[in-house]
Parts: sequence; structure tokens; C-alpha cells
Amino acid sequence: MSIFIDKLFANTTRFIAFGILLLVAWIFSVLFEHSLESIKAFGFLFITEDKWAPNLEKFGALPAIYGSVISTFLAMILAVPLAIGIAIFLSEIAHAKLKGPIGVSIELLAAIPSVVYGMWGLFYFVPIIRDIFGGVGISMLSAGIVLSVMILPFMAAITRDAMNTTPDILKESAYALGGTKWDVVKDIIIPYAKAGIIGSFILALGRAIGETMAVTFVMGNVHKISTDLTQPATSIPVTLANEFAEADSALYYSSLFELSLLLLVVSFTIISVAKFYFLRRKRVI
Amino acid sequence: MTHTQKRIIINEIVMALSTLSALIGMGFLFWILSVLIINGIDALSMSIFLNEGAPPGNSDGGLKHALIGQLYLVGYASFFGIPLGVLAGTYLSEYSQKSKVAEIIRDISDIMMSAPSIVIGAFVYAIVVAPSGHFSGWAGTIALSIIMLPIILRTTDDMLQLVPSTLREAAFALGAPKYKVIIQVVYRGAKAGILTGILLGVARVAGETAPLLFTSFNDNFLNTDMSQPMASLTVTMYNYATSPYEDWQQLGWAAAFILSMFILTLNILGRLFLLKKRGKR
Repeated sequence: MSIFIDKLFANTTRFIAFGILLLVAWIFSVLFEHSLESIKAFGFLFITEDKWAPNLEKFGALPAIYGSVISTFLAMILAVPLAIGIAIFLSEIAHAKLKGPIGVSIELLAAIPSVVYGMWGLFYFVPIIRDIFGGVGISMLSAGIVLSVMILPFMAAITRDAMNTTPDILKESAYALGGTKWDVVKDIIIPYAKAGIIGSFILALGRAIGETMAVTFVMGNVHKISTDLTQPATSIPVTLANEFAEADSALYYSSLFELSLLLLVVSFTIISVAKFYFLRRKRVI
Repeated sequence: MTHTQKRIIINEIVMALSTLSALIGMGFLFWILSVLIINGIDALSMSIFLNEGAPPGNSDGGLKHALIGQLYLVGYASFFGIPLGVLAGTYLSEYSQKSKVAEIIRDISDIMMSAPSIVIGAFVYAIVVAPSGHFSGWAGTIALSIIMLPIILRTTDDMLQLVPSTLREAAFALGAPKYKVIIQVVYRGAKAGILTGILLGVARVAGETAPLLFTSFNDNFLNTDMSQPMASLTVTMYNYATSPYEDWQQLGWAAAFILSMFILTLNILGRLFLLKKRGKR
């Protein structure tokens, strides 16, 4: 009897674990299958065409792709220096008694749902952008900034973790040679933790590109490519969030599925690069 | 200026800059937190917990429908996600420690943890909502459990591996079959860690909005039928906040406050469990 239970237990766990692989394969194949109609209809034009007109059954994803790229890029150039600054502050400058509480509060802020960041952006940040730059305030610029604020805690926390992997003995040796804090950061910590730091940024990039709620509030979902950052724009997740529940034709749905597939493939790739190229998995010990 | 003086000055500048960036970053984050707390507490009242949604302009609208919907959605997602995640993690840690497939499952789960959640919503839309013809609580639950699964799997896997193998060997030596060793010895040894993983997983899905937008959709009234569209705090928050009505926006802040406090509490509890465990060693 107990041999039977033993086998049953082992096989159940194995079945579920392998199920994860099947699930991921299923997700890709379902998205692909539902994209087929749009792929057949537009082919490569889907990603190069800049006209998204559901009423004319014309779907070009370029504005959404452009919006995703630009808003993520804006978020990264704003968040990276701040994240490095916070990480240096936490690993080298802050008093030992401050490190813990500040570090934990940053990690807790990373846990606050992105919809809250979006709400803050809409009610408190958009008016500021409107006052400074004119227009409606709902814009690519607002989206980039809100996105950068949203990924900042996550990015700062993992960058700090990467910097903290530097053995103390290396840092102490450099200090003993008369190095300043900056010398230690630039000649010891950054060279030692380089891969981890870059990996953290890429991982944050992977998160930012798929982030939906923080930007949906402040971007406007306007399918138009504009070099003026204070104009409303759209991105792939914003389009999905706004239009999925309202799509009314098979081709419209299929185009939205193709957008989802595109987003999944891109973020899967970015996250894999971060994980496998830069961050070899560390066991929690 | 000597070389040393120059180095010291550069050091001062860089340290000042990084302290400044820490201040700016923390400033933004505390701005958000204070906005959340001030607006949230301002909007809180008993009627929020007692009343359902009301048309705009009606001052006695509440969030009861969203709170209960949220409990249903997250509750059922946990009901499926937690056991599946723990069992899959058990397989990785106890049955196939270093095999190739186990490594692949770990890697894929790691990636899934950061994958865009709205895509999971699209997937569930295709397999549940479209065939059944309407949005439903079950669809939302399925999306949330898919998001929860890799988180629980990875933490369970990591936590079980921390249990010293001597404990397992001692139990085997007493003649216990493997499933008993796992359930009675390994799980017990890793209890705090698994619980932390569960709390963090629940906290993570509780804040998810994107995958619910077109799975469980929304409902302005109380509904406990899982086969129908169901309100959640997050989607309600989104709809109310983007509405032009001030009383709805107020309710949106109340929802944001309740949800954030719930999630922060789970995170803090999770941390405490882990700390307690470390302290014991």
C-alpha cells in the first residue's frame, strides 16, 4: 500500500512539474494560433505599418511598438542613474543602522501594485506635466516618467544585491590602500559585480516593457507616431488593456493576439538574456 | 592641486550625487506612499465595506462587491496555485535535483515570473472567455493561478533544498517511504520558507490588474457566481480612477489603500517568518 502511495506521490509531483513546460508551450501556441489570421492578412506589414484603424480593418502595430520602445527607453535613462545612486548609497554610504530600514522600505515599495503607481501618475503627476509643457499632460513623457518611478525600487533593490556580492575582503583591501569610497566603487565593486549589475538593468527592462497598469493611466492610447514627447501615445500593453474587451471583429482580435505574442516573445527574450547571460542563478542561502 | 586632493574632491562629488539620487528616489516613493495614505484614509468609511457600487453622484456607494469579488478571485487562485506550485517545487527539489529537465523547468519558471501578465490575460481569454462566450470569475482565477504558480514553485524548490539531507537520511533509516519523509520531515523543516513563498505569491497576484481586465472583467454589484463577470479591487480601482466622477475617484483611492495595505502586510509577514527561521538556526 505504501509503495503505491509513494509512486502516486512521486508521479503526481512529476506530472505537475512537467505540466509547467506544457503550459508555457500551450501559451505560445494558443497566442500563435489566434494570431494566424492577422499574420496571414498583414504579414510583415503588421510591424512596419503605422496605421491602426479598426473601423477600416487596417492594423499596423508600428505606433504601439514605437511607444513601447520610447517609453521604456525614457524610463530606463531616468531610472538607471537613480538606481545606481541608491545602490551605492545603500552599499557604501548609508550608516549601518540606516541600511536595513531603507533597504527594506525600497523592497516593500517594489511590492506595491503597479495600478497604484498609475493612479498616482494620473492624479498627481500628469497635472504637473500639463502645467510645464502644456497640452493634456497625458503623454509619452508622463508614461516614461511614471514607468521609471515604478521600476526604480525593483531595479535599485536588485542592483544593490548585485553590488553586495562583492566580498568584503576585496573592499577592505582597497580601503587599506587609501582608496576613497568612489575608488572602491569604481575599481572594486563595479568591476566585480558588473555582470550582475547589467543583468539587473536588463531584467528591469524586461519588466518595464510588459508593464501595463502604470502606463495605461497616463499614456492615452492614441495610435500616432509623434516625436513630440508631450503628445498622447500608445504602447503594446496599453493597446491590449484598452481594446481587448471591446474588439468587435475576428481580424481585430487576431491583431491584438499578434500584439500579445510579439510582447511575450520580446520580453521572454530580454528576460532570458538577463537571466542566462548575466545572472547565473544564485541559490537562496 | 595634488593628485590626492583631486581624488578626495571627486569622491565627495560622487558621494554627494549618489546621496542626492537616493534622496530623489526615496522622495518620489514617499510622495506616492503619502498620497496613497492621505487619500485612502480620507476616503475610508464604514459604508465602503457595507455598500455595493452605486451610480455616480450617489454618495453611499461602497466597495463591498469589489472586496468580496477580490476574495473569491484570489482565494480560488490560491486554492489551485498553492498546492500545484508546492507539489511541482517538491518534484524539482526532492525527485530530480540536478537533472537537465529540472533545470529547464526552473529557468522557464524564472522567466515566467517576470513575463508580462497581460499576455496571460490574453491567453486565458482565448482558452476560456472566447469559447464560453462571456467573461467570468473562473477565467480571472485561472489567469491569477498561472501567474502564482512559478513564484510558489521556485520558492518551494529553494526552501526544500535548504533542509539538511541528514534529516532525510535519518527518516529513511527508520524505514519511512519517500512520500512520508517528504511530508513529515522535509515539509516540516521548510515550513517557514514555504509559507513565506505562499504569502509573497498571494501578495503578488492580489495586486494584478492587467490579466483581469478581459477575464473576470468587472461588475458594479455584488456577484458570487464564479461563472459570471466579477468585480475585483484592482479593476474597480482602474475604472473608478479613470472615471470623471469625483465620488468614484474617492472610492478608487479607498480601494488602492485597502489593497496596498493588504499586500504590504503579507510582505511584512513573509519577511518576519523568514527572519524568525534564520534566528532559530
